[in-house]
Amino acid sequence: MLNTLNVVRLLPELILLVTALVVIFVDLYARRRTALWLLPGVSIAGLVLAFVAAFAQWGAQEVVAGTLAADSFAFYFKLVAAVTVVLVILASVRYMRERTRFLGEFYAFLLVATLAVFVAVSATDLITVYLGLETLSIVSYVLTGFLRDDKRSNEAAIKYFLYGAVASAIMLYGFSLLYGLTGTTDLAEIARRLQAGDVLANLEWVAWPAVILAAVGFAFKASLVPFHQWAPDAYEGAPTPVTMFLSTVSKATGFAVMARVFLTAMPSLGEYWMALLYGLAILTMTVGNLIALRQTSVKRMLAYSSIAHAGFILMGLVAVTAPAGGHPFNGLDGVLMYVVAYAFTNAGAFAVVAAVEDGTGDATLDNFAGLIARAPFLAAAMLIFLLSLAGVPPLAGFAAKLFVFAPVVRQEYYALAVVALVNAVVAAGYYLKVVKQMFFVEVPERPAFAVARGMRWALWLMIIGVFGVGIFMNWFAFMSVRSAAGMLGL
Amino acid sequence: MAFFERWVLTIILFWPLLASLWVLLIPKEQEDRIRRVSIWMSVVPLVLAAVLFVDYGTRFLGGTGGIQYEVQVTWIPQLGASYHIGADALSVPLIFLTALLTTLSLYYSARVIKHRVKEYFFLFLLLETGMFGVFMALDLVLFYVFWEVGLVPMFFLIGIWGHENRMYASLKFFLYTLVGSVAMLLAFLALYFKTGTFDIVKLTEMRPFADDIVRASLVFFGIFLGLAIKVPSWPFHTWLPDAHTEAPTAGSVILAGILLKLGAYGFLRILLPILPSAFAYWGFLMVILGVISIVYGAFVCMAQTDLKRLIAYSSVSHMGYVMLGLGAAGVALTGSVPWLASKDSAALAMDGAMLQMFNHGIITGALFFLVGILYERAHTRDLTAFGGLSAKLPYYYGIFMVAGFASLGLPGLAGFWSEFFVFRGAFDIVRIWAAIGAIGVVVTAGYILWRIVANVFLGEFNEERWGNKLWDMVGYEKATLWPLILIMFFLGLYPTPLVNFFNSAAVELLTKAGFMF
Repeated sequence: MLNTLNVVRLLPELILLVTALVVIFVDLYARRRTALWLLPGVSIAGLVLAFVAAFAQWGAQEVVAGTLAADSFAFYFKLVAAVTVVLVILASVRYMRERTRFLGEFYAFLLVATLAVFVAVSATDLITVYLGLETLSIVSYVLTGFLRDDKRSNEAAIKYFLYGAVASAIMLYGFSLLYGLTGTTDLAEIARRLQAGDVLANLEWVAWPAVILAAVGFAFKASLVPFHQWAPDAYEGAPTPVTMFLSTVSKATGFAVMARVFLTAMPSLGEYWMALLYGLAILTMTVGNLIALRQTSVKRMLAYSSIAHAGFILMGLVAVTAPAGGHPFNGLDGVLMYVVAYAFTNAGAFAVVAAVEDGTGDATLDNFAGLIARAPFLAAAMLIFLLSLAGVPPLAGFAAKLFVFAPVVRQEYYALAVVALVNAVVAAGYYLKVVKQMFFVEVPERPAFAVARGMRWALWLMIIGVFGVGIFMNWFAFMSVRSAAGMLGL
Repeated sequence: MAFFERWVLTIILFWPLLASLWVLLIPKEQEDRIRRVSIWMSVVPLVLAAVLFVDYGTRFLGGTGGIQYEVQVTWIPQLGASYHIGADALSVPLIFLTALLTTLSLYYSARVIKHRVKEYFFLFLLLETGMFGVFMALDLVLFYVFWEVGLVPMFFLIGIWGHENRMYASLKFFLYTLVGSVAMLLAFLALYFKTGTFDIVKLTEMRPFADDIVRASLVFFGIFLGLAIKVPSWPFHTWLPDAHTEAPTAGSVILAGILLKLGAYGFLRILLPILPSAFAYWGFLMVILGVISIVYGAFVCMAQTDLKRLIAYSSVSHMGYVMLGLGAAGVALTGSVPWLASKDSAALAMDGAMLQMFNHGIITGALFFLVGILYERAHTRDLTAFGGLSAKLPYYYGIFMVAGFASLGLPGLAGFWSEFFVFRGAFDIVRIWAAIGAIGVVVTAGYILWRIVANVFLGEFNEERWGNKLWDMVGYEKATLWPLILIMFFLGLYPTPLVNFFNSAAVELLTKAGFMF
């Protein structure tokens, strides 16, 4: 079963690993002043190289070493992750410089987290899946608690860790049930044996608890209700650039792994996990939105909104189908479209929060009052991101919404469609609350403040991304439909 | 000529967007330059829209008709969505109306808006592109994009430059419209899955769900919700009084003048051609909703003390005529009206609906300007606070009376013809309901004369309170109003050019929908 090792396919991962090591050495030997720009510089260079290495292999379709898939689905997530982490680094240059001395470790951890994401999204074996997710989790705990002197950061890390450890254990238990049932950890082989009934006699029912327990682990990563309790605290307490990472890349990884494991290993159990996800989707978007409505901290509001969005992303998986002829709107392409749109948008919104924290000390709703007069660029950027989150065209969020609503309509899941409709409106309600603070409320007595250069660049890139995904939806539709088609075997 | 035909719509559509970007680049301290740039830039689409009107009228009207100046460029090939725009006898006059009211609004606002000037003009121009886009789009995705693009600037116009309750009103406006538009998007997707295209022209030919009235109705009501909220038809109208009352003057003008028409336009561009069977099936419901809107809106007007709110409710009532006309045409489409005296009635009802769209834009636009002019001086909208203004502000009184009489449908002014056509058509199709609707006409005369004229213009002038605080209309105010007043007179005395446009559109729509004349 072991293929020959095609090192070229692993190039993105190798580049990230080497970059992480280089960053640690730079931190050891470079002077403080040099390190300030060299560390992020090296990290970004490594990510760009990894991006190129992944992009060049677009269209490949093979499994390396029997555990890592080099297919368009994996590359798609790698590209999104690489771009988003570059944005995270740009946003963290000043933010982290002012808050911690351990910059080398911070960037190295970010790169290792990205590496873990790369491994997780391409894993085709339960062991590798676990390896990828667990590495990502452990690094995320550290990143969340990175501000040692900040109580909230510490508390967030502990909460995240406790929830995470339990969720991992439960997931692993599910995996072990699957292994016990089928005698293999290879996803494709599991599917074959489940299909053929080549499993432990009289114990076929074990597949259901296995599905549910495995889903707990994925749901934890993707912050689905009721496995979301860690998310608001972790998002709020973590350094904001880390929150950017957690709420986009880390969450996307949860979905990638969930999609791959369910679609590759358990297509025959489709009805069951789809029903499970149907319930989770409705629960997640409703609970997330209702709680977000009551928040007074913008950061925490975005945390809950990001939970609600996970519910929307899930709609794509719930309504996944394999339409003939590789037509779009197969559901999975909605997940992919949402992930890229959401990466730019949500990372952007959290970046603005970071900038406002930098400028005013905190990110309560009140700190956003009259932002248009105090930091016009930030206010305009935030407006664009919030409108995109609300799904207003021609922004990225509209493309995302179109692509997850479509399969639901195709499948005629009326209840889900109506719940999603109501949720879309509720969500717009609290986004507009922030817009109202920024634009309608006038506080002439409050001072203006400047935005750091790296942050400015990051925001511009994300604004371009948000408009780009919306207006050139055709490119992203092409990529996501292609990747999804590969995964669905079209 | 080929160049003109290929580019004219695209230029009209994106010119305001370019203008808004230009405004964005001007430093915000140079307020006069921002005002000048915006006004002059908005004249270009106005001139082009006028040329378009004449060109379509002379070359296509009565001849080939149909959609002209078509442009189609692939946008999202995977979804069969394209940048597909065009204009026909229905949209050409509405494009002109949009350009006219926008230029007048910008001109008026240049004198009135003194706060956050740059943002105001930027948003207003952006709004214009959104409105043009809806009237031109021949692709459902494109239609939806422009539909939403117009929503955001109006939200800001109300929220930043509105009156006391502006934040509540702007939020209500946005969320109400969003409910409708998301429902509409779902329905569009259902159409796509049935046919594999978002193209309105293609969908019109395919007529999806023609034999499946349950699903057709489901799709119909998805789109209907989006449009009826925008129109707004009773019972979806509750956002309107707040939004219109709280918006700044020019914002109310555009809201009432154009944004409401987007909803009515959607009925004619999307619902009727694509889902004719469902449109006919539910035509009677539209009649009922229309009549309720007319009568209810008019009676609510009688109870208002806020002048602006009164005009706002009068929009609910007047847009009811549009719904009545459309619904009547729908009922005629079912082919089950035994007493139908003349088959032209369906077309007449629809002509009336379209005329009402245009006329209501002109008349209510003028009325909102007039209310704004009074508010600028008095800083109150309470109509019981006034009295005897006819002697003190004769010029204002005269202009107001023209617009008011046009609104209540006095023959010789534009409003008469739309009501006449609607009732002439509807009477033949849905007698009793049309008769009930006619009550609204009487009540309209009541609230215009009894509530507004008697309270504001007649009676005793409150010298103590108003003394010399009120003065008559000045140059720029007259210049804003006169074009609208002239159009009211012109269309009142000689509506033929506009009727020709709309009748040709109505006949074409009905024929395509399967109506046998």
